[in-house]
Amino acid sequence: MPYPTIRAAWLFVAVAFLLFIAFASAPASAFCGFYVGKADAKLFNEASQVILVRDANRTVISMRNDFQGDLSEFALVVPVPAVLQKSQIHIGDPKTFERIDAYSAPRLAEYFDPNPCDVSRRERQMGAMNAAPASIAKELDSKKDKALGVTVEARYTVGEYDIAILSATESNGLEKWLRLEGYRIPSGASKALRPYIRQNLKFFVARVNLAEQAKTGFTYLRPLQFAFESERFMLPVRLGMLNAKGPQDLVVYALTRNGRVETTNYRTVKLPANVELPTYTRAEFGKFYKALFETQSKREDYRVVWTEYFWDMAWCDPCAADPLSPEELKGAGVFWLGGDEPAIGVAPGTAPPIASPRTGSGAQPVMLTRLHLRYTPETLPEDLMFQETQDRQNFQARYVLRHAWKGDAGACDAAPRYFDEVAKRREREAQTLANLTGWDLNQIRAQMNIAAAPKTMWWERLWK
Amino acid sequence: MTFSPRSAMSAARELLPKDARVFQILFLALLLTTGVLLRDFSLHPLQVALAFAAGLATQAFWLKRLGLGQRGFLSAIVTCCGLSLLLRSDTLWAHPLAATLAMSSKFVLRIHGKHLYNPANLGVIAAITLLPGTWVSPGQWGNDLALAVWLLMLGTIVTTRARRLDISWVFLGAFLGLVALRIVLLGQSWAIWWHQLGNGALLLFTFFMISDPMTIPNRRGPRIAYALIVAAAAIGWQYLLFRPNALIWALFLATPLVPLLDRLFAGEGFSWRGPEPAGSIPLRACATSGIPSTAVAEGWPAPARSATTASSSFPALPSLTSDAPSSRRAQPAARCR
Repeated sequence: MPYPTIRAAWLFVAVAFLLFIAFASAPASAFCGFYVGKADAKLFNEASQVILVRDANRTVISMRNDFQGDLSEFALVVPVPAVLQKSQIHIGDPKTFERIDAYSAPRLAEYFDPNPCDVSRRERQMGAMNAAPASIAKELDSKKDKALGVTVEARYTVGEYDIAILSATESNGLEKWLRLEGYRIPSGASKALRPYIRQNLKFFVARVNLAEQAKTGFTYLRPLQFAFESERFMLPVRLGMLNAKGPQDLVVYALTRNGRVETTNYRTVKLPANVELPTYTRAEFGKFYKALFETQSKREDYRVVWTEYFWDMAWCDPCAADPLSPEELKGAGVFWLGGDEPAIGVAPGTAPPIASPRTGSGAQPVMLTRLHLRYTPETLPEDLMFQETQDRQNFQARYVLRHAWKGDAGACDAAPRYFDEVAKRREREAQTLANLTGWDLNQIRAQMNIAAAPKTMWWERLWK
Repeated sequence: MTFSPRSAMSAARELLPKDARVFQILFLALLLTTGVLLRDFSLHPLQVALAFAAGLATQAFWLKRLGLGQRGFLSAIVTCCGLSLLLRSDTLWAHPLAATLAMSSKFVLRIHGKHLYNPANLGVIAAITLLPGTWVSPGQWGNDLALAVWLLMLGTIVTTRARRLDISWVFLGAFLGLVALRIVLLGQSWAIWWHQLGNGALLLFTFFMISDPMTIPNRRGPRIAYALIVAAAAIGWQYLLFRPNALIWALFLATPLVPLLDRLFAGEGFSWRGPEPAGSIPLRACATSGIPSTAVAEGWPAPARSATTASSSFPALPSLTSDAPSSRRAQPAARCR
């Protein structure tokens, strides 16, 4: 039987190695273009937002409560691995969420075609573009607690929240206890609580202390943060589904030291991005992104966790917002930024449109993975489990607009060919938009003022 | 000449390749294509090309170095497919390096004439522990039941052909049984069980990695025990230690048990070329008489236990991709006499 000889195999390696060299030495192409818009988490009304900071087994979770109803009805129940001390609980700043959301939001970048007649000028321009591119009021009878199998391990008032850390032996007892305590919890809670009780997890329960809340002077609830150590890199999302009506959105901002974060028990997929869209999308980027997200999620039957952004937080290109300052990162829960270490990122308001990576500093990196998922109780049967990969390849949900050169088709010999190309490009853009969003292709064409591309036969091109 | 459906069937069977690895390569290539095209694997075509180049070159190097000549490249192709399916990296050099380590391990890490580790398993573990910028995405296949059915079918064909179906089914049963036990104990929803059953990574591991006949115990009893141990270790890794990649770690950690089990329960070694022809002396009888069924030649890195019948330059390479008729099959028979 013929087998490749060793010589042939080595030749194969040599060729592959040459390819490797060629690939490795290709210059890293910087994104260029101008940032023109973003689609942040505010677009998604029902979205819960969580900042998950993790290094080794140290974890800091920040939860943003976008609670709209009567504050006395607010209740938060989170399974935690151990009894948290008061010092492990903190009230965060809602601005941190806004900043991190703005920094990592899907974005629109815009380019203007150069004059096709002026090749040398175009080269100069390309060069330039590359260069810049609740206190629980009454004490409960401990006998009653015991009868229900619930132990109140600790009670704290932190900020506007009354917090109790509970351990329980029996889920019906815990559900009953919560009701007796005045927590408005949805029916069926005991079934959802049971697996956590049997894993010996504790429960972090919070509600609003209205008197303390009034003192803060805020009309909204501030994020709750808690820090703990645990082998489990996960988010218990199942409890949150109890009172869900229809699909829910969750945005997770994972901050890590080494690389991209992904889920281990669901598929993690990068959203379709870096495509050219019709220029009219500029005015309705939010609408576009909502449609894209819905269409893509539905296509995957709501069983996919989407990566919207992954970047070293020291820079961005193009920047939807300035990178977070060390203080802001600390506020988000990043605990590995030494006080005497050089600054990470650039202070807000001072960053250039494209902040450059840190060079030669002793600063430790902060990687941000922005994950977004839309789910229903059926499509997310198991809590989200995560892992930090070693992947450091940047990714952003970035969409591109290319404005055509506004010149005359008769300006030079190259001009007609250029306009032919533009026509083809616009048709391509229309099809991309229709495919990504599920919008009607003919309506898109109408909005772009283009007709459906006439089908040219091969012989027409032959004797043209 | 008479025609009967039975003779037609056997003729058709004759036409099909006897070597299970041919099917394995076909299906792995199909899965790799599916993964890249439909499951958005973050895999660069050049990474696959380099993995194959390095893997095949390493195989060629060792065959030449050890004078093994015409032993073929099927196993190397299987390993490179496996590495491409499992390993992810943001560099180009991780895949070829892992392939080189994996293929070399087959020639260097040998006990009693069998290579110790499943090369793809060792390659992946070596890469994620030693090489920067590498990882495994256990969720990359998703939990799609339709895909699961396909994997189940293709996997069954390969493992049936390789005559090692028992380990796959026992492992799958044990793993899903333990998941079910956990669900009952914790009072979780059965949807989790279905979610696990649809896990493409689990099925791929079950039918294309743990079933590798060269790196599992030779006899059925120990093989079943081994499957149970790997399943229990994987569950422990996943649900007690809460670490990712439970399956490949469990297999890696349990592998040293294989030579031990083979030593305690000697049995018929595996050959890729198919079962013994009718009339040959049953090896099982020989093996149970306590005589080891594998022999090791001089110059081979493994300890030369019972190297009494080494006549050819390389008489006993049950774990190699022996495309030439193996002389090994004759030896235990000779010893039995």
